[in-house]
Amino acid sequence: MSDFTSSFWPMFITVISVGGVIGCALLLWLTSKIKATSPNGDNTNGHVWDENLREMNNPLPRWWVWMFIITIVFSLFYFAAYPAIGTYAGKLGWTQVNQYEKEMEEANKTIAPLYAKFAAMPVEELAVNAEAKAIGERMFMNNCAQCHGSDAHGSRGFPNLTDKDWIYGGSPEKIAETLTNGRVGMMPPMAAAVGTEDDVKNVAHYVLSLSNSDHDATRATAGKEKFAVCAACHGADGTGNQSIGAPNLADNIWLHGAGEEAIIKRIHEGKVNQMPAQGAKFSPEQIHVLAAYVWGLSNNETK
Amino acid sequence: MSIKKNSNVTNDAVTEATVINLYAAADKIYPRSTFGFFTKWRWVMIWLTQLVFYGIPWLEWGQRQALLFDLEARRFYIFNLVLYPQDLIYLTGILIISALSLFLFTAIAGRLWCGYTCPQTVYTEIFLWIEAKIEGDRAARMKLDDAPMSAKKLLKKGGKHFAWITFALWTGFTFVGYFSPIRDLGSAVVNLGLGPWETFWIGFYGFATYGNAGFMREQVCKYMCPYARFQSAMFDDDTLIVTYDEKRGEPRGKASLKADMDKSKQGACIDCSLCVQVCPTGIDIRKGLQYECIGCGACADVCDTVMDKMGYERGLVKYSTQHAINLGWNRAQMLRHVLRPRVLIYTAILASIVVALLTSLIMRDSFRVDVVRDRGVMARLADGGMLENVYRLQIMNATETTQRYELSASGIDNLKVESDVADANKTVTVNSAESRWIPVRLQIPDGSVKSGSHHVEFKVRAIESNELVAEKSVFLVPR
Repeated sequence: MSDFTSSFWPMFITVISVGGVIGCALLLWLTSKIKATSPNGDNTNGHVWDENLREMNNPLPRWWVWMFIITIVFSLFYFAAYPAIGTYAGKLGWTQVNQYEKEMEEANKTIAPLYAKFAAMPVEELAVNAEAKAIGERMFMNNCAQCHGSDAHGSRGFPNLTDKDWIYGGSPEKIAETLTNGRVGMMPPMAAAVGTEDDVKNVAHYVLSLSNSDHDATRATAGKEKFAVCAACHGADGTGNQSIGAPNLADNIWLHGAGEEAIIKRIHEGKVNQMPAQGAKFSPEQIHVLAAYVWGLSNNETK
Repeated sequence: MSIKKNSNVTNDAVTEATVINLYAAADKIYPRSTFGFFTKWRWVMIWLTQLVFYGIPWLEWGQRQALLFDLEARRFYIFNLVLYPQDLIYLTGILIISALSLFLFTAIAGRLWCGYTCPQTVYTEIFLWIEAKIEGDRAARMKLDDAPMSAKKLLKKGGKHFAWITFALWTGFTFVGYFSPIRDLGSAVVNLGLGPWETFWIGFYGFATYGNAGFMREQVCKYMCPYARFQSAMFDDDTLIVTYDEKRGEPRGKASLKADMDKSKQGACIDCSLCVQVCPTGIDIRKGLQYECIGCGACADVCDTVMDKMGYERGLVKYSTQHAINLGWNRAQMLRHVLRPRVLIYTAILASIVVALLTSLIMRDSFRVDVVRDRGVMARLADGGMLENVYRLQIMNATETTQRYELSASGIDNLKVESDVADANKTVTVNSAESRWIPVRLQIPDGSVKSGSHHVEFKVRAIESNELVAEKSVFLVPR
């Protein structure tokens, strides 16, 4: 009831519910008897329509009335037990939220032994456990696939989880950390630090040369010197730094688009990219199972 | 029943105003036991329906119960069939067939269902039988009810209710056995280990049986049952109903065995009132067709025994039609009128739906496939200059063994199917009676087709049975 900001609604609900019950009782009482004339004594109640259409008096069985009375009595108990009148919370103290919480608590209780078993197993073992994998797969499909794709291959802006390239590290602990706390990746706009528009283009070609992508060798050589400002995060050899989430520029994986144009855009605009934290949604045991599933996506010997 | 208040009328014709109570206590009916042709048939139907009801849950099919509606797992096991919520159409079909069968039977022979197979009639009959065994027949029961409470009365009443409740609980137990494996349920009852919902439903269904068959009886048919009311819409003058031959019976009156009927002006009805005493809904069939009549034929049976005793011809009360009674038709003429447009149309519709349902069940695939485009990725570039789209294939294995399925796709040249969960031959495994999401990537060389939406078709083949299911989707190529 506290969800309503206006006092009109509790009153409205009170009038509807109490009025409804009183109305039913009144209707029941008013229709229990009628005054009628039956001159012929032929079991008609004296009403005549359309010249000769007479209404018979075939009384309804009394048990039927008792059913109505029982529902009215039931509703009075209901009013006492549940929040039906104004802001009164009801004797049972029932709310939608505590029902949800109770059901979740019960559900967690039933799955607790299973997760306790999983929690005791290392990620390497969980990743090949069929039961844990099936649970992990369903959790991934319902919570991760929206961004990373059903096949976990990601798309532009959303990392591919099936390759061996990790921005923040691919160890089971790091994956669990990413899942629990989320990540905010931030690259500042670097164009001013790099220099002129020509310098930016040269650096872009140098970056392309790191992964042996198509590039202009002259510009790449010219850009190498200016890359020093980038090296602070991405490393002198451009292989990145997982502790601060600076991506490896020397492989052929381009999270925000490949090619000269895309790289120049990043140098000009920088990039803020976020992975939302899942720690509030899942228990540590669930994170453990999910982390094992994600870890298993790229640590799969049969592939 | 609706009572309209019309003040004009009441004001106009006030001669002698009386207060009429619109609710009245229902008089208890004490149906007398009957013996005869229709009673025999009713007992045949009671045995048949109850053997099916109580027996079927105990049948086994392979490693499981033959007929089990597993609501929690959302699987219906019906002998060799496993039905999913997606198969709801079959339930619809069965319900339509049931309704049309009711229409057909009703058009031909009136309330045949009501009188012989309806659970309300069947359980009432069983409960009446128990009642008659313990308390005696009609007269004895009426006497017992009127008598003051005594040890003997208490014993009889207590014994009756004990027998009723035992039978009702067994019925409730059987009912729950359709939804919860009955053998486990049986041992749970023995070990007092029933779950709360099982206990509730056994009690609830048992209570409904006890209440409806022991106390409510004809009140259910008269005031609660919707079928009872709308079946009259299927009636016409050629519908078989229980009739009283007024021409032969009237004027009714007491008659002596020695009296010569031809000479007296009296009709064949000797006004013994047995037809009223046996009626389970408490009506007098001699007043003609009434909505309360469930067409059970008890009055026909008892009247025949009276006619035999009197040495009169049988059939004063009999199954006949309005036309036959009014126009004096013989049996052959009556039967000829069974084949009338209404009956033929009901038969044709019923037969076509039965055929359609059976065909659909026989042609039903042993698995289902749903294709959903991945919501996160429209299209993306992959290694080797390939453009790829991502899909989720949901494969539901409706068989009871683990199955392998081969995935393929067509619709665009050089279309390649890739999936991390499939093996090198593009096959995936789905456990028995399970459904699984399979992420699948379709790839084409980038730039090989113009941008836009292209139709593709996934084909999923069950390796064991070679069944093939095709599902359409689209492949998007961005600009």
